[in-house]
Amino acid sequence: MTDAPATPAPARARALSRWGGVLRDVMSRPSGAIGLTLVVFHVVLAIVSPWIVPYDYRAMDATLMLKGPSALHWLGTDHLGRDVLTRTLMGGREALLITGIATPIAVAWGGLLGIWFGLVGGRADEVLMRVVDAFLSLPWILKMLVLIVTFGTGIEVLIPTLAFFYGIPVIRIARAATHDVVARDFVSAARARGHGRITIIRKELLPNVLDALMVEGAMRWSWMLLAFSSLSFLGFGVSPPTPDWGLMIADARGFMSFAPWGVLGPVIALSSLIIGINLTADALAKALGLDRAQKAPV
Amino acid sequence: MSAPMIEVRGLSVGFTGRSGATLPVLRDIDLTVAPGESLGLVGESGSGKSTLALAAMGYLKRGLRRLEGSALYRGEDMFAKSRSELEAVRGGKLALIPQNSGQSLTPTLRIGAQLGEALRLHAGLPADRHRARVLELLGQVRLPDPEAIFDRFPHELSGGQQQRAAIAMALAGTPDALLLDEPTTGLDVTTQAHILELLREIAAERGMAMVYVSHDLGAIVRVCDRVAVMYAGEIVLQGSVRQVLKAPAHPYARGLLASIPRLSDPALPVALGGRPPAPGQAGAGCAFVDRCAIAQPRCRTEHPALTPLASGDAVRCHFPAEAQTLPIAGQGTASDDARGEAPVLTLDDLSISYSRPGLLDRLMGRAAAVPTVDDVALTVRRGETLGLVGESGSGKSTILKTVAGLLGAAGGEIRFEDTPLPGVVEQRRPDQLRRIQLVFQNPDDSLNPRQTVAEILEQPLKLYFGLSGQALLDRSTEILERVRLGAHYLDRLPGQLSGGEKQRVAIARAFAAQPDLVLCDEVTSALDVSVQAAVLDLLDELQRTQGTTYVFVSHDLAVVRALSDRVAVLYQGRLCEVGPSDKVYGLPSHPYTEVLLGAVLEPDPDVAPRLTADDVVELSPPARGCAFQRRCPRKLGAVCETDTPPWHMGAGGHAVRCHIDLADLAAAQAPAQDAVKKA
Amino acid sequence: MLRMLLRRLFLGAVTVVIVSVIIFAGVEILPGDACTAFLEREAQGKLLENCREAQGLNRPPFERYLDWAAGAIQGDFGVSANGAKSIAELVGNRLKNSLLLAACALGVGVPLAIVLGVVTGLWRDKGIDLVLSTGAIFAMTIPEFVSATVLILVFSVWLGWLPGIVLTSASAPAAEFFPEILLPVIVLSMVMTAHILRMVRSSVIEVMAGDYVQMATLKGVPYWRIVFVHALPNALLPAINVVALTVAWLLGGVVVVEVVFNYPGLGRMMIDAISDRDLPVVQAIALIVATVYVGVNLTADLLTMVLNPRLRTHYMRQR
Repeated sequence: MTDAPATPAPARARALSRWGGVLRDVMSRPSGAIGLTLVVFHVVLAIVSPWIVPYDYRAMDATLMLKGPSALHWLGTDHLGRDVLTRTLMGGREALLITGIATPIAVAWGGLLGIWFGLVGGRADEVLMRVVDAFLSLPWILKMLVLIVTFGTGIEVLIPTLAFFYGIPVIRIARAATHDVVARDFVSAARARGHGRITIIRKELLPNVLDALMVEGAMRWSWMLLAFSSLSFLGFGVSPPTPDWGLMIADARGFMSFAPWGVLGPVIALSSLIIGINLTADALAKALGLDRAQKAPV
Repeated sequence: MSAPMIEVRGLSVGFTGRSGATLPVLRDIDLTVAPGESLGLVGESGSGKSTLALAAMGYLKRGLRRLEGSALYRGEDMFAKSRSELEAVRGGKLALIPQNSGQSLTPTLRIGAQLGEALRLHAGLPADRHRARVLELLGQVRLPDPEAIFDRFPHELSGGQQQRAAIAMALAGTPDALLLDEPTTGLDVTTQAHILELLREIAAERGMAMVYVSHDLGAIVRVCDRVAVMYAGEIVLQGSVRQVLKAPAHPYARGLLASIPRLSDPALPVALGGRPPAPGQAGAGCAFVDRCAIAQPRCRTEHPALTPLASGDAVRCHFPAEAQTLPIAGQGTASDDARGEAPVLTLDDLSISYSRPGLLDRLMGRAAAVPTVDDVALTVRRGETLGLVGESGSGKSTILKTVAGLLGAAGGEIRFEDTPLPGVVEQRRPDQLRRIQLVFQNPDDSLNPRQTVAEILEQPLKLYFGLSGQALLDRSTEILERVRLGAHYLDRLPGQLSGGEKQRVAIARAFAAQPDLVLCDEVTSALDVSVQAAVLDLLDELQRTQGTTYVFVSHDLAVVRALSDRVAVLYQGRLCEVGPSDKVYGLPSHPYTEVLLGAVLEPDPDVAPRLTADDVVELSPPARGCAFQRRCPRKLGAVCETDTPPWHMGAGGHAVRCHIDLADLAAAQAPAQDAVKKA
Repeated sequence: MLRMLLRRLFLGAVTVVIVSVIIFAGVEILPGDACTAFLEREAQGKLLENCREAQGLNRPPFERYLDWAAGAIQGDFGVSANGAKSIAELVGNRLKNSLLLAACALGVGVPLAIVLGVVTGLWRDKGIDLVLSTGAIFAMTIPEFVSATVLILVFSVWLGWLPGIVLTSASAPAAEFFPEILLPVIVLSMVMTAHILRMVRSSVIEVMAGDYVQMATLKGVPYWRIVFVHALPNALLPAINVVALTVAWLLGGVVVVEVVFNYPGLGRMMIDAISDRDLPVVQAIALIVATVYVGVNLTADLLTMVLNPRLRTHYMRQR
């Protein structure tokens, strides 16, 4: 009883210290350390690559078509005589920019809608779930392509399209996570006290659903990258001459039998980024205690 | 004495902590159990009693490892056996009856198959006789209709039936030693008493050695000859049941006994302060030193050995003679407070129904289901505590949730003071919401794990009083101190608190609203008994200083008796009996109250439970007549099945709802009650 | 039980109806229609009017939706915009080919995933688990066109063991797709094996740490009997739903693999139809794939219910 009245730490500082702890936990796991390093590497590279690449990514040279690796062109040249190393280093910029903006939007709108309907329930919730089911039952590529073919492949089309379609499954995840929390007594306690829905969502639900949404966001990001590069590969993504891994692989495939170096760079770059995100998501789920298989046995 | 059946020698078990240090869970345990003898292992959660029982089978949970010592069965070390040798012994001659059989039976296998498997592994019986033997075993544990049970899946049985099936499975290999890990925890009182009687008979009949693990001394008294009391991974006291319960020589055992509420004693139990050290945190001296009333400097530096006493006990204490002076029974004050006559809460013919008829039901003209709670009329007066008792499914928590506005009522009226209370939270006025507060059973579930204690307390203070800044901080500190927690708890998360501390925070949150009525829903049933006593004491103090009215729901009749001024007994959502506690706990009683009281296990070797009714579990209340007719030992006949029984009014507001009138009930019950009065 | 079944069927049907509305409305809202697509540059004035008249595009949308939906129920999706061929016929062959590919991938992937998932779960955190679990992360994250490209490079270009491209025509009988189908099957089964493996692994770990497995151990049940009799029937139940999702994915979402290997399945037809703005075909494929998705998931739910005694009783009680 002699303790001096300690001032409680401000909520924001404490929240930051919790995420700091989670970050340390993620980095202490091999998968997290490797994954996060890969992700950070790619993000930094995407930002600085225009200043460090050896050549202009557009510079074509008819005399250098499909030449193998050399001292001047470490990864060789492509069918238009462009430097593959330069294009590989810059090939993730568009993808990272677009998915980097679309992912948070998708998680935010899907998450909030899911939490709201998870809390409120009722007829509206049942109807919403049928609509979500309906959207999920359509192949992703069809939904995206219809919009892209109609409106074009600009960034102003791709970001809303990706954010919209990838937010739909988040509704489900957020709703299920909300149901788990709503069943607990502290939500009943808040209801019985007479708090409004907004307060209950902000104070009771969001802090508890956030973990699941973070992991979900990381997974969505990797799937979105996958979708984006698949679209590029199919010729519905970035338009030439902008360098993009999916597009580069599609172009170089034709010459694979005699110039395999063309696919090597973008294949390694794209794979390492997506694997990095997945390893990070895995470690994050374990650090947050969301991985069912990792529950402590005792 | 013949060679011991089970012997544990110098056994230490531990795990590797996050820091990399080895943290012991069991420390240097020595134990022997002779053939035909039964030993009780008692202790609070975390004392290592279950770990010890499983270790006697050579089994440790994942993450735990044996540090030293051995666990012998018939002189052979279980830890030295090969996998196939272990398979031959386990479940055969050395069998386990687990806690919570509902989760210990494989959900995808029928009961018959699971028992048959045990027979095939251990009985050496020709395969064509298995079925007959399984049916015989099911009959021996007194399961009704073994043929039907044989083909059931575990989840299709009630908790008591699952436990009986697990007992039958353990008996399949005709064991000579039986380990029981909290076999009756979580069961209703009447079921628990029946299972214990069954175990007693089986033990006596077959002369098995038994190790019975429980936190409940009342259960241990029923089946054991000797008791070992465990504390922080050590045995601190060992002796005969009578000696340990009547004159224990260890301060912890005395404190534990004093903290148990007794049916025969309306006083509050005495709390045992502090909490046991976490694994690895017990210092060089006695593990109990921080909570001990007679601790000396020597106790901090010198670890006491388990020393035999003249009485035949062995005790781990430097001062066993001084320990004998500590109290072992509740000497707390009887909860007797000033209460007014003005009703705070009135329930008028309240009925609550969980199942709403769906669209399809209405189309097909199906009748509405019988309501879960029906025709409940109760009045709670200012400053009093109304205890609401009943077994699981009695609707007691449902009534609380309805009063709190979390569930809508199907019929009847709730009045708060004199104004009718709207059914659900959303329609109530802020003032009404503030004045009625609810405390939940499990603080792990009722406190948001992501909020600090400060944020938890801030919710009602901001909502009802608009406090902020320094005023909020001051008020939070004041409230915390009132529940005997300091201001340094403000920035802790619930995960950093012990069970008792969490429940105090939950109580603090309710009292932050300055309520007139606090609804307590099994608030102590998730807590250890010594912590429970502290929480009961706190609730009593808050009531005396704040003049708060309580509705206190519990399945534990002794706890209700300690705290309540008046008691209402519920069976399947129907009221059976209401009245002042001494009347309800005295004579005459409703036959259901009689059954309940008879089944209570007191931690006293001189009091035996009386089992007057079957522990049949019914799924839903009958549509007509008395709710209790199907189990009633005093059933009159057809009238009980067709007519709703009338209320008979006795002295002091005592009311019993039965077709038998009070005088006849009293006459019928007097002889049986005499046996209990003796205590 | 019957009531439960009816309810599930009803909800599934509602979902399909919503899908059909989304598909129809989506195509309506987008600029252009079958006639602008068919006529391309000449899509103006009289020519466009005549075409719209002929196709019945001037009628109110609701009426056309009912017409379309009624036709779809009878398996008549109208005629394709550019070829004037029956869509049902066009789609039929492709659907058959897609089913062939899916069946092969499932036949390889599901048993493999379950065996490996159980192995990794039982030997959790041991060498074999670390290798397989890490491998699974790689297999499920590397884009299909990347793994397909690498496999073609290795097995077709360098080693010359397997054909790297499918040349068989869409209407050829199933047998003629061998061995061309092998590489696409390998690529697809890699991805699905990884997904199912991870799910089975965590389910096995959870069950093996459960109370009834501990009880079986303490009952003296031999280890492998515990695994096969007590643990696996419980651990594998959740796999049914994951397999169902995989089936739906195999039918609708493998466009990239079909394009890479030039495989004449539904996916490639869909992408061609979108590029050509052949909207009636797009609508037909979308509806078929969505219906399969709903149907497969419904089947999985019902199967789980039949195999899980706990759920079974739960629904019996509800009646």
